[in-house]
Amino acid sequence: MKTSVDPTSPGYAANREVMLERLADLAAQQAVALAGGGPQAVERHHRRGKLTARERIELLIDADSPFLELGVLAGWGTDFTVGGSVVTGLGVVEGVECMIIAHDPTVKGGSSNPVTVRKIFRAGQIAAENRLPTITLVESGGADLQTQKDIFIPGGAVFRNLTAASADRRPTIALVFGNSTAGGAYVPGMSDYTVMVKGGAKVFLGGPPLVKMATGEESDDESLGGAEMHARTSGLADYLAVDERDALRIGRSIVRRLNWRKAGPAPRTDYAEPLLDTGELLGIVPADLKVPFDPREVIGRIVDGSDFDEFKPLYGPSLVTGWAQLHGYPIGILANSQGVLFSQEAQKAAQFIQLANQSDTPLLFLHNTTGYMVGAEYEQGGIIKHGAQMINAVSNSGVPHLSVVMGASYGAGNYGMSGRAYDPRFMFSWAGAKSAVMGPAQLAGVISIVSQQAAAARGLPFDEQADATMRALVEKQVEEQSLAYFTSGLGYDDGVIDPRDTRTILGICLSAIHSAPVAGTRGYGVFRL
Amino acid sequence: MIRKILVANRGEIARRVFRTCRTLGIATVAVHSDADAAAPFVTDADTAIRLPGNAPAETYLRGDLIIEAARVAGADAIHPGYGFLSENAAFARSVEAAGLTWIGPAPASIETMGSKIGAKRIMAAAGVPVLDVDLATVTASALPLLVKASAGGGGRGMRIVDSLDRLAGQIAHAEAEAASAFGDGTVFVEPYLPTARHVEVQVLADTHGTVWVLGDRDCSIQRRHQKVVEEAPAPHLPDETRTALHAFARAAAEAVGYRGAGTVEFLVDRDRIFFLEMNTRLQVEHPVTECVTGLDLVALQIAVAEGRPLPGRAPAISGHAIEVRLYAEDPAAGFAPQTGRIRTFDIPEHPGVRVDSAVEAGSEVGVHYDAMLAKIIAYADDRDTAIRMLGDTLRRGRLHGITTNLDLLRAVIADEEFVAGRMHTTLLDERLDLWNGGGDPRRLAKAALAAALGQATRAAAAAPVLSRIPAAWRNAAGKPRQRTYRRGPEQYAVTYTSTGHRLVSDFVAGVSVIGVRGDQVVLSDGPVRETYRVTGAGTSVDVDGPYGSVSFELVPAFVDPAETIAEGSLLAPMPAAITAVAVDVGAVVGKGDPIVVLEAMKMQHTVTAPTDGTVTALTASVGRQVVAGTVLAVIEENR
Repeated sequence: MKTSVDPTSPGYAANREVMLERLADLAAQQAVALAGGGPQAVERHHRRGKLTARERIELLIDADSPFLELGVLAGWGTDFTVGGSVVTGLGVVEGVECMIIAHDPTVKGGSSNPVTVRKIFRAGQIAAENRLPTITLVESGGADLQTQKDIFIPGGAVFRNLTAASADRRPTIALVFGNSTAGGAYVPGMSDYTVMVKGGAKVFLGGPPLVKMATGEESDDESLGGAEMHARTSGLADYLAVDERDALRIGRSIVRRLNWRKAGPAPRTDYAEPLLDTGELLGIVPADLKVPFDPREVIGRIVDGSDFDEFKPLYGPSLVTGWAQLHGYPIGILANSQGVLFSQEAQKAAQFIQLANQSDTPLLFLHNTTGYMVGAEYEQGGIIKHGAQMINAVSNSGVPHLSVVMGASYGAGNYGMSGRAYDPRFMFSWAGAKSAVMGPAQLAGVISIVSQQAAAARGLPFDEQADATMRALVEKQVEEQSLAYFTSGLGYDDGVIDPRDTRTILGICLSAIHSAPVAGTRGYGVFRL
Repeated sequence: MIRKILVANRGEIARRVFRTCRTLGIATVAVHSDADAAAPFVTDADTAIRLPGNAPAETYLRGDLIIEAARVAGADAIHPGYGFLSENAAFARSVEAAGLTWIGPAPASIETMGSKIGAKRIMAAAGVPVLDVDLATVTASALPLLVKASAGGGGRGMRIVDSLDRLAGQIAHAEAEAASAFGDGTVFVEPYLPTARHVEVQVLADTHGTVWVLGDRDCSIQRRHQKVVEEAPAPHLPDETRTALHAFARAAAEAVGYRGAGTVEFLVDRDRIFFLEMNTRLQVEHPVTECVTGLDLVALQIAVAEGRPLPGRAPAISGHAIEVRLYAEDPAAGFAPQTGRIRTFDIPEHPGVRVDSAVEAGSEVGVHYDAMLAKIIAYADDRDTAIRMLGDTLRRGRLHGITTNLDLLRAVIADEEFVAGRMHTTLLDERLDLWNGGGDPRRLAKAALAAALGQATRAAAAAPVLSRIPAAWRNAAGKPRQRTYRRGPEQYAVTYTSTGHRLVSDFVAGVSVIGVRGDQVVLSDGPVRETYRVTGAGTSVDVDGPYGSVSFELVPAFVDPAETIAEGSLLAPMPAAITAVAVDVGAVVGKGDPIVVLEAMKMQHTVTAPTDGTVTALTASVGRQVVAGTVLAVIEENR
């Protein structure tokens, strides 16, 4: 694969400069999440001889294995602590890829708020779609009561999902380090395996004050829900751990004995790394998203051996389609090239997606689109029909999808490219990417035109100055709300990433995906031709 | 003509003899104990015969079984090697009586020289100066004195006496010890000359009256009277001293009508020479003489045993050779013998470097025999070059899986006194602490860093899934990863992170990570690039780097509570047999009270109470063989 990227050109240097600034900012935003409840809360927690959520995860996973944390910036832009009092991610335990969910007790005692619940739901969805065992590291004060209206009713699905996982023969393991009370008690209650830490775990439906109020009975934490009691008397604990490390050791030994086998095809292992320099991804995306770039330069830097077989290269050139391999897994790639999707591109995509389903090949969507073409010529040419074909193909595709927003993901282009609503198995955004119904300036302009027309229709004068103010305001707001941090904060992707990590992240995701069988759709919905 | 030789020995000397046999076309027979059944010397031989049991008294000292083995195997000659039966005149006679050829001196010579007192008498009569103390007239000015067993050897049965009041007691002790160890309680007393050099002369005599004097060797670097470093020729010896030594050695050989290879040992104290003893066998250190003479002494022993005359004149000495003895022992723990499985044994031979080894990778080193693993010999035109080559070989040599004296040997070879040739028999004891220094902390830290990076990379690559994802990769950078290693009392908590798809670390200030490829870790210390090779098995990791090799133990991240050792546990410090248990469960003991007595390699070790307390558990029982780390007893401290 040839490259036309010139790392010595001023344009490249300028793009790289901007991207490095964005990545420095990303690191700063992530640092907030990684700090959990802050240094004081962490120190207090450590003083009690306890480990933080991330320390527990680091001990739980295999030494020197990778860990892909999901939704690091969940809650960004909200009043909740970034990260949402829970850490979720893909980790390898005793050679088994697992979904790990760890409550962060340094954030309000690990109590759950809407962000927490959204992250846990997303983790449960990933575990279900990709057939992953789930390990929950429990230490949570239950619902964050101030937000109970937002979480109490939907939150019940957390427990339902656990037992559904078990019914689906996906193991669930709960390691209980601390509080796991009231509704939270059902996490160990619904898990296949339960480990409790001596002197730490507290698992009861109602604590001493509640019991006193309800029945008048005098009781204490240990008799109501201590680890020893649950291990010896109630039987809720299958294993009694002497301390936190011991709980993690036992958790690992449980996974070792799961006799777990992945159900998807194994990857090739004899592949070459990309021949093109992955580091150059920094300078490929223009600082201004309005300037298109050649996605082949990206593909060549993330696929095995930089080896990409392009499909239909001469037809619908604004969308690049083709076959490649990534960390040993075959994939089909759809990448926007010139931003706009025309009828040809939509039809090409629909055909390509069907081909991938015929050969059970997972699909990777690399977004940089401003949406489907508008205008009389295109409407009359049937752009809606053709766009519908693409969306039909995407929607009913049975092979796993991966989505990466490199630049813009606007309008129905987001849908056609398997955006969040189309349930890609994993979705990430590069730092600097934007997702919205359309570009901020266009959106503000549209609002302005509509209000001008409304004023004219009513025969009212049009206030140019108020309109300019409105346009600036809307543009700023849309600009902010389309930022990757913001969409990621709402849980519309699984994380904002460094472009240079794309290959590694997709490799981890593809491996997780292949824990489940990979099979394309056999019967498609009716294509409007 | 000898067609088939049985070697009544084991280890490196058996292999050494077999090697010469192969060049001469002589078939070979090994005898082996049960513990040695898988030893390299057994497979080196054409055939091998088992000697049931393990203790030397059941196996390599059973002359009757060995002669029977020779008969069964059809051997026509027996080579005794060194140690075991090599200086046992009765055995030599039995060999000859069985119609076999004895590759060694006449039994009468062995007998004469075997008694150190008798040997001295003969030497004195031949005009050779001897060290002697007349106990009737001895005064304090003769102190310190050395009490030696007449039948002893290799440093065993020696005692140093610093005051006349203790002399009688020490003699009595030595007599008892000699009686038990050698079956002969005769002892004698010499002046103790701690700053003298040990110089010995190799002789070789045929049955036609020719005696070759094949130069001298300095063997002054000794620990507990056991040689560790030997070289030929002895450096910086005045010509007249050397001439006198050679003449005395010739006189000794001629005085007993010697045949075969022998060594006459002397103490050289400045210009004074004292006869010590004559060893009527091939010495451990014979390779250095072979290097400087170009002879194969084993081949010549065989030729002499066949009755052939020595060919022509003794060759001239040329060049310089130095040998070090590699032992499985821990110099930092009183040279306690070490046991275990050798993971790596890679000390390559090349021109100028000879390795006579008893072991190879995978060999088990047990408790039953001498702990010598190999002899490493460097030979060059001059002493400095030989030292340099030997130092380099010891630095590059890779030996893992068992604690050895390799670091000590490196330190000796690098020592300025040794390099200057100013050795004496107590130099090692004087400098032991310095030589056992434990190594440069920064170098050890770098080795630990290399170990962590190498092991992390390997662990990631060996994973059943995601094996090509970079080690310890994170999308959101948190705290560094950590691997903790232990080396003796030192712990190294090495921290590192994955940044930009590679591992980086600030564990050692000023040292950066260049990369990890396969088992090689490349570090950069300032402008200097250093390549380390990281291997290992189980929890052990071996690092071979520019400063030599070092091993660490990985501290496990998790310990099963069921496997933790109770506080107050007394552990066996070495593999040993329990010879006495001084307490019962429930006994109240005081700090320092003996609890259990162990015996290993003929040395007693008493395990004492570390605190005042009560014996709450006792697993030791007399006669039990324990491995290092076995819990012997638990003492609960009084509070």
